[in-house]
Amino acid sequence: MAKQEKRKELKVSAIENGTVIDHIPAESVFQVISILGLDRIPNQIMVGTNLESKKYGKKGIIKVSKKFFEKEDLNKIALVAPIATIIVIKDFTVVYKEKVEVPDFIDKVVKCINPNCITNHENIPTKFTVIDKEDLKLHCHYCEKITKKENISFK
Amino acid sequence: MKNKSLISITDITKEDYKTILDLAEKFEKKPKQKILENYVVASLFFEPSTRTRLSFESAASQLGAKIVGFTDASSSSVKKGETLKDTIMMVSNYADIIVMRHPKEGSSRYASEVASVPVLNAGDGANQHPTQCLLDLYSIRKTQGTLDNLHVAFVGDLKYGRTVHSLVTALTNFNTTFHLVSPVELKLPSSVKRYIKEKNLDYFQYTELDEVIPKVDILYMTRIQQERFSDPFEYEKVKNSYVLKNSMLDDSKPNLRVLHPLPRVNEITEDVDSNPKAYYFTQALNGVYVRQALLALTLGVK
Ligand SMILES: [Zn+2]
Repeated sequence: MAKQEKRKELKVSAIENGTVIDHIPAESVFQVISILGLDRIPNQIMVGTNLESKKYGKKGIIKVSKKFFEKEDLNKIALVAPIATIIVIKDFTVVYKEKVEVPDFIDKVVKCINPNCITNHENIPTKFTVIDKEDLKLHCHYCEKITKKENISFK
Repeated sequence: MKNKSLISITDITKEDYKTILDLAEKFEKKPKQKILENYVVASLFFEPSTRTRLSFESAASQLGAKIVGFTDASSSSVKKGETLKDTIMMVSNYADIIVMRHPKEGSSRYASEVASVPVLNAGDGANQHPTQCLLDLYSIRKTQGTLDNLHVAFVGDLKYGRTVHSLVTALTNFNTTFHLVSPVELKLPSSVKRYIKEKNLDYFQYTELDEVIPKVDILYMTRIQQERFSDPFEYEKVKNSYVLKNSMLDDSKPNLRVLHPLPRVNEITEDVDSNPKAYYFTQALNGVYVRQALLALTLGVK
């Protein structure tokens, strides 16, 4: 790794151990917090939003100390932050850096668009199959209706 | 198929269709067989549906099964606010199989996940009604001698009609050519067309009924409901354009049969009833045999 690059990453990774979520569209920062349940954990969390990014305009960044997520949970944020980057830091060193990917299945976080769906009437975790990753179309495992990108809302 | 719930038509493989329909044929020849004498069938109707309930309960009784359950949610613990999960878990203790009708979409799938016994979906809201679909397939196979390579017309409300959605989906397994006749605002939704496209089958869309009739083997009529239209004037415009009269069958193929999930309102005039091509009353009766086949297969008795 070139020296300059390393210094840049150190700046991003100003936590000792934990996970950094970078390149979040500014308007989606709070949705990412809710999808990952960050409002319900005791860890130290740093949140930046409306930061200037040359590449992406206004962006947000979240740094969660001493927390490592399952890949399938992180991929859920692709629904609102399709170009987000996940950086895992151990001992001030970047050990993993990947873009999020829209997953094949999405559990729990998304609400079904169908008001008559059983998941909107009883306390049942939702389950969707992603049938179109580009246009984001989610097929409900229960009522079999499709929730489209523009209708996605979170439980 | 032993111990497997039947929730959605997409749960059924092409081989399963043959197994179910072949067994239904045997029950048609001999509907009274005491093969389920040691079994209890729970019949849970969270909303009333007399037609479907009588058909299921008749199917079960003719095979000697005992039936427990309720005919609408107002007379059960559901009214007292019990969750669906609790009701299903309780009933699982008393029955070997659950037949369930519920007004919410997805309820049967969920019930099948919490029940310790198999669940047969007898209709979940506007979503699925697989036994209706199976009796339609049975009727088609019986009248045509095959399910393969047929031309099938669907007429009326193709947007909201769940029987249409299920039957179209099921028929995509059999190289069907689809003729879809409906007002523009009630066209078959893309979520169902997706299954036709996946299999690269041909489908044609029409707004007029007449030209389609001579081309097809099966004419599947459905009711157009006024409440589907936001503009009552739009309903007035189309309500009489999808009515089948006996004279319209003059140029139809000799093997053509007219199906309808019933009840009908005015979309088939009564002069069609005596035409040998009218099959809708026999079609409903076939439901008993298909439901007998499902009960026997799911309980592992056949
Ligand atoms: Zn749903």
